[in-house]
Amino acid sequence: MVKKIIIPLIVVVAIIAAIQLFHKEKPFYDLKLEKLRQEYAIKPVPSVEHSKFKVLQADFETPQEVTEACLTCHTEVHKEIMGSSHWNWERIAYVEGRGIRAIGKKNLLNNFCIGSQTNEQACAKCHIGFGMNNDHFDFKNARNVDCMVCHDNSEEYQKGTSMAGYPDRSVNLSKVAQSVGQPTKNNCGACHFYSGGGNNVKHGDLEAALIATTRDVDVHMAANGLNMSCVDCHTAENHVMKGKLYSVSADNINRLNCEDCHTNMPHFNQMLNRHTAKVACQTCHIPTYAKENATKMEWNWSDAGKLKDGEPYMENDSLGNHTYMSIKGSFKWARNIQPDYLWFNGTADHYMMGDTIGEIPVQMNKLFGAHDDPNSKIIPVKIHVGDQIYDKKYNILIQPKLFAEEKGDSAYWKDFDWDQASEAGMNRLGYPYSGEYGFVRTEMYWPVNHMVAPKEQSVSCAECHTRSSGRLEKLTGFYLPGRDNNPILDGIGRWLIILALGGVIVHAAIRIFYSLSNKEYETEIIDYENQNNQKQ
Amino acid sequence: MSKIYIYKGFNRFWHWTQAALIFFLTVTGFEVHDSIHLFGYEKAVYFHRIASYAFLVLIAFAIFWHVTTGEWKQYIPNVSKLSAQIKYYTSGIFKKEPHPTKKTQVSKLNPLQAFTYLGFKLVLVPMMVISGLLYMFHKTVDGNNEIVIRDISLGSIANWHSFGAFLLVAFVIVHIYMTTTGHTYTSNLKAMITGYEELDDEKVADDEKNKAE
Repeated sequence: MVKKIIIPLIVVVAIIAAIQLFHKEKPFYDLKLEKLRQEYAIKPVPSVEHSKFKVLQADFETPQEVTEACLTCHTEVHKEIMGSSHWNWERIAYVEGRGIRAIGKKNLLNNFCIGSQTNEQACAKCHIGFGMNNDHFDFKNARNVDCMVCHDNSEEYQKGTSMAGYPDRSVNLSKVAQSVGQPTKNNCGACHFYSGGGNNVKHGDLEAALIATTRDVDVHMAANGLNMSCVDCHTAENHVMKGKLYSVSADNINRLNCEDCHTNMPHFNQMLNRHTAKVACQTCHIPTYAKENATKMEWNWSDAGKLKDGEPYMENDSLGNHTYMSIKGSFKWARNIQPDYLWFNGTADHYMMGDTIGEIPVQMNKLFGAHDDPNSKIIPVKIHVGDQIYDKKYNILIQPKLFAEEKGDSAYWKDFDWDQASEAGMNRLGYPYSGEYGFVRTEMYWPVNHMVAPKEQSVSCAECHTRSSGRLEKLTGFYLPGRDNNPILDGIGRWLIILALGGVIVHAAIRIFYSLSNKEYETEIIDYENQNNQKQ
Repeated sequence: MSKIYIYKGFNRFWHWTQAALIFFLTVTGFEVHDSIHLFGYEKAVYFHRIASYAFLVLIAFAIFWHVTTGEWKQYIPNVSKLSAQIKYYTSGIFKKEPHPTKKTQVSKLNPLQAFTYLGFKLVLVPMMVISGLLYMFHKTVDGNNEIVIRDISLGSIANWHSFGAFLLVAFVIVHIYMTTTGHTYTSNLKAMITGYEELDDEKVADDEKNKAE
């Protein structure tokens, strides 16, 4: 009889063990992916050799002359450029709760170097123009368009430091003009890798290491992989780049999505495909960012201004990252960081000059999104925190004047006087300054989109679907299987099982007790007799 | 003492397949609930889905069988004898009193069983199937033209599903224990395996008398 119970039990256990042992993923070939690989493995060959053009074989004195030479063939292209945000540093966008606004680098604040206004001379190193050194730059002068910064393929071109966007004096303009072509990683990276004053300071997922990296760091840009360049994905119809950076963007127009190539059902596993409704590709496929070099996570302006023997100084950590600079304050860096996660629908609000400070920390760019919103997905973000200067009386953030060539021009980086810097900055922007300043905590959100890992390294199910300390632990307000439960219901369930077990055990005990008490009586008699017999 | 054929082939197949599926669904289900760790989350979800489809197929066959053979009538509880049956399980059983109801091929369930199984079939299983299907197809618009269930929150669906799971576990515990309350400790279990059950002679005699009539 015991066999009849044990055998089925063994069978059940054996079946489970067999399933566990022999369930293996079948090897397969993802034809969709192979097709994409094939497409991007073929690198475009230019149909034109610019060095053969007479007009480019000149001795260029000024960079404007190069632009004029470009325009002799590409006669209308300046119109495209002058309509782009790379040129205008702003875009017309609908901002939820505000209406139509022109926003961009030109007028927004951030919690890194705060803002470009009053500091154009330095900031314009990353403007695709020549001579933006104040707010009187002529955005209608095509001669000032800098074609070379994006199209130089010789790695010769370089914009000078604090030269209002003009090239460094060492640059051989003729060499550059004769070797133009499609933008490479070097061109884009010159600004987008070094934004914020150093490699990987701002983004965390865009840095110089991507120029030659491995598949472990980035499957798309890996030198031992497809070696894709930025413009393979960020295509530019009429010089309007596809893709949005939400530190300066507000609407969801012309976004670049993984789905554009990979479709929204890229997995063989339907269970994974279902996730694409609510989870962005990046969430699972970018398990960590800043994989090679560290990125800045915290910037405290309130610590700025300490001097040694009356001179500004800086301190570095063991990896060579600045941890303190008299001109900027103290920093915290990190590498191989697990992102934070947010709901995001592709629209954002920004702190705009003059906004009264409400919530603290101040959100420099508020990413909109919610679980209930059908357009929202969970995305990975880098959250950059810090403190920065604000007007205590008017309760608004201050745009200080940071840069000047010489001392005595009210610039903080020369004179280390917040009062003067604030007054000069706010005065030019047309805002009042009360003379009372303080420092307020601010936060900035950087969606993480690059450094896509090989699929073996993507985030596994249980990293989110787990009761505690999962990746989405902080993202509450919706039911996530495996993470969420109803503790009351689970308590009731546990008691239900305990009561059932208890009831069964008590019932069985009573039955055993009754039958034993009957048998015991008989056994005793027999034993008694046996013992007597033996004794006799 | 004699044996009668009480559980037909399909009945036994259905019972044991259902038992195995419920066991497997419980294990994988509680893994999805993050209560146990056995297969790993991804496989647990996958296996739970496969088993749930198998269970749906089995249910379809079982319903067909119940309807076409008239077996469904077995589950109409005899309310008048219900209290006698409860009294037997709470006191008579200890004193080895005879079962208050007779088990026959025509009436193989006692009133309490009929009542419980009816609840199992009409409340518990539908609750698990409906909440399970809602769970399975709960998703929001993603452009894939899949079934969209947005008005019911996934949380409440999941709560109903796990409440049903707790009830099922409690049911199985009591159910397994109750198999020991037959003519001998294992006669019920044997019957569900072989189809034949040992019954008291008088019962069989009665049955034969009934048949003769």
